[in-house]
Amino acid sequence: MVDIKITGEVLDVQLCVALVMAPESGGVDVFIGTVRCETKGKRVLRLEFEAYEGMALSEMRKIADDALRQWPLHKVLIHHRTGVLEVGEIPVIIAVSAAHRAAAFEACQYIIDTLKQTVPIWKKEVFEDGDVWVASHP
Amino acid sequence: MKLRVLGFGIVKDIFGASFRDIEVGEGLSISVAGFKDALESQYPEIKRLASYAIAVNNEYAADNEIIGEKDEVAVIPPVSGG
Repeated sequence: MVDIKITGEVLDVQLCVALVMAPESGGVDVFIGTVRCETKGKRVLRLEFEAYEGMALSEMRKIADDALRQWPLHKVLIHHRTGVLEVGEIPVIIAVSAAHRAAAFEACQYIIDTLKQTVPIWKKEVFEDGDVWVASHP
Repeated sequence: MKLRVLGFGIVKDIFGASFRDIEVGEGLSISVAGFKDALESQYPEIKRLASYAIAVNNEYAADNEIIGEKDEVAVIPPVSGG
C-alpha cells in the first residue's frame, strides 16, 4: 500500500503512523522533517514551499514503488506540505512499515534522500534581510 | 511555434509569472535541447542557475526528446523539498 499526499494543511504525525501500521509488521520507521531556525548561522524566519503538484505526486509515487521493489515493506507513506511554514513546523513525513527493522530503516532513508533529489518541490528561506530559493544558484 | 512554459521556484521569479509563452521558431516541434537554447537566449538568467531540467507532460525529459505545441512544458530549477 502506498499513501502519497501534497497538502497545504498541517501534517499529522499520529495519523501517518496509524496509516502504515499493519498486523504483519514488526516495526514502523518514521522520518519527520522540521523547519530549522537557522541556516549557515543566519536566522530563518520561515520557509515557503512550492510544488509542481502533478509531477511531484508522480515522482513521489515512483520513489515509493522503487522502495517496495527493493525492500520487503508492508506500507509506504509520503506526505509533503506546501505554503508558508514557521520554525518547528513539519514540511515532510515519511513512514514505512515492515516485518523487520532493517528494511524499514533503509527504505525510509532511501525515500527521503531520493525525494530531496528528484521531486519537484522548492523551498524559499526567508531571512530578516531578504529571501533565497534554496540550491538555485552555485 | 509558441510553447506555454511553466516556471517554478526561482524560475517563476525569472519569468515574473507562473508561465510564459515562448517563441521557439518556425517548426511544429522542437527538441528539448533546441528549446533550452531558445529559453536561455530569451531568459539569460536561467544560465546562472546551478542546474535546471525540463519536464514534458510531468516527466523529466532528455535533450533529444521532441516537444510539440500541445505538450505541457516546465522548467525545473534545482529541487529543494523535504
